[in-house]
Amino acid sequence: MSTKSLDSALIPEGADRCPLWQFLLAIAVVGAVLLWGVYAMFLCWFKGLNQTNMNDYYGFALWIWADLAIIALGGGAFFSGFLKYLVGKDELKNLINYAVLIGFICYSSALLILAIDIGQPLRGWFIFWHANVHSMLTEVAFCLSCYFAVLTIEYIPLILENRQLNRVAFFHHLAHNMHGIMAIFAATGAFLSFFHQGSLGGVAGVLFGRPFGFREGVLIWPWTFFLFTWSAAACGPCFTILVTKLTEKITRKKLVPDKTIWLLAKISGWMIGTYIVAKIIDTWYWATVTVPAKGQTISQFYSDNPLYGMWILILEVVICGVVPAVILISKKGRESNGGLWTAVILACIGVSLNRWVMVLQVLAVPVLPFDSWAMYIPSWQEVATTLLPVCYGIILIMISYRYLPIFPKERELNAAPAPAPVTDAQPEPANA
Amino acid sequence: MKQEQGYKKFGMVIDLDKCTGCGACMVACMAENNVPFKQDETDKRLSITWMRVYKLTNGKPYPDTDICYLPRPCQHCEGHDGHSPCVSVCPATATDYDMATGIVSQIYTRCFGCRYCMAACPYHARYFNWWDPVWPDGMEKSLNPNVSVRTRGVVEKCSFCYHRYQLAREKAFVEERRDIEEGEYQTACTQACPSAAITFGDLNDPSHAVYELKKNPNAFRLLERLGTNTKIYYVSSREWVRRSGDNYLKHEPTGKVH
Repeated sequence: MSTKSLDSALIPEGADRCPLWQFLLAIAVVGAVLLWGVYAMFLCWFKGLNQTNMNDYYGFALWIWADLAIIALGGGAFFSGFLKYLVGKDELKNLINYAVLIGFICYSSALLILAIDIGQPLRGWFIFWHANVHSMLTEVAFCLSCYFAVLTIEYIPLILENRQLNRVAFFHHLAHNMHGIMAIFAATGAFLSFFHQGSLGGVAGVLFGRPFGFREGVLIWPWTFFLFTWSAAACGPCFTILVTKLTEKITRKKLVPDKTIWLLAKISGWMIGTYIVAKIIDTWYWATVTVPAKGQTISQFYSDNPLYGMWILILEVVICGVVPAVILISKKGRESNGGLWTAVILACIGVSLNRWVMVLQVLAVPVLPFDSWAMYIPSWQEVATTLLPVCYGIILIMISYRYLPIFPKERELNAAPAPAPVTDAQPEPANA
Repeated sequence: MKQEQGYKKFGMVIDLDKCTGCGACMVACMAENNVPFKQDETDKRLSITWMRVYKLTNGKPYPDTDICYLPRPCQHCEGHDGHSPCVSVCPATATDYDMATGIVSQIYTRCFGCRYCMAACPYHARYFNWWDPVWPDGMEKSLNPNVSVRTRGVVEKCSFCYHRYQLAREKAFVEERRDIEEGEYQTACTQACPSAAITFGDLNDPSHAVYELKKNPNAFRLLERLGTNTKIYYVSSREWVRRSGDNYLKHEPTGKVH
């Protein structure tokens, strides 16, 4: 490792970073995949959505799943902000910058995917101009855009803390003052997130023509509204922990104190635990009351097709729900390296699987008695455009990590151990 | 929003015992509404068929085998007080429930192609324009000038030939009549059906044929239990056909169970 690179003046003081060539090579490798995604994106924009394998049965597919999943996983930003600034968990200050960055990546990616997904991208603004207040998507669009603006505001002071930018007095004071009022943005973010995470849950929950997705609820909100918000608050922090641990592995450095990780893991564990209880109650009520009232049985939703079986429900609720909750709630579980890795990976898979089921399985299940299951395999253009934001995220993390003081405890945690004091005293001989 | 008295509620009664599955209704619909088509239409999940005829079977072996053809236009759901499944979800108000006619409209120039309405429709009556329409040489001259062609990236569906309603109303206005006659507004599929299986009219008007036909004890609507409150009534004397119109638990009898 060397700090004497061409760009060393931009690197945070005292931080050790890989040589510039290594950094650029890594950017080039990830960038190649990103360019592949950009090519596919332009194909979709110029040639239309016939580039996908979507059809009239599968109007929503891989992209909408990716959208819902990254928004859920990005929930770590709003929930960590809520815990730090509103609940007063000050320990999270060691992780909050990274949570904001991950959230920023997730939400900007979600907006990009939506821009590719719509049939007439140039008319995208109609959702604001001709807004239908009854539509869950309208609520999603408004809250998502506003929250992205909040995340941008939260990310700006981090950029301004770059070693060179921070030398400019105006930027220095601006960053300082923005940090000072961050609680207001954290509160705004938490409020907006409650609604857009919920509205995404409502997208499938309000479909009274689709018994698989439909849920009863309170007033205009189906139960999925609350379950989505809850699951995002529960599993989003797990994604933040997962990305942090991955970053530590790749950089071979300790970036966040264990105490901070364990605190977030504990809170996440209790959130997942309570969420999964609510999810089980919801599933039970849906299977025994809602679905039979529509003339169907739960077994019809999990049979007679090549993919969707009961295994998916067990995987989501038990293996990726109950198991991570139990691990994270137990002190021994969350403080063991293997336990923590297992739990956060399972939680991320669980919430992503939930979003898959609530988008793709909803459309796969036949509703007309004389109709059949619809299966779908994404085209390479869909896969490439889904990998595009992943690559963009990796690149933004690489740049931010290299040039911005994302981890306030990095220096302290990676300081070389002080040399042992030299004394003339001879060690006492061991008893013979 | 309650449907006011005196307002129309256009709908259909389709006699499935009369339908031969000839497909004339599908052809007439495509020609009338400038529905685009491709060279390769083998993948029906990419084909646009505002009117689609399903083939149903009773699943029994010979000699008890029986089949039924079921024409399926947009069901023009009223839902609960006009909150049909697709209308309530459209984020840009590009589809609307008209309380004056009961017709669910689609505003092509406002639709931005999010396809949420398609996900909401259990009848698969909504279609996305995955491609720009390409008409064979010369065919653009035979397009219906009263119906706008649609561009790539928007959703379209059966409109109950709304342009015909507009023309009929204009004619009545010119002739200083307050209302139109039953025969003045008929959909293309209704007129094309050689066995007169489709009857179209105002379900609220006792002078229209559909008013009485829908009261047939063998009449049913598709997926009534979902609360979509559709305006397409089907009639069949065959119990298995009526049972195919909705989902039932094993012990439940065919017909209204709620």
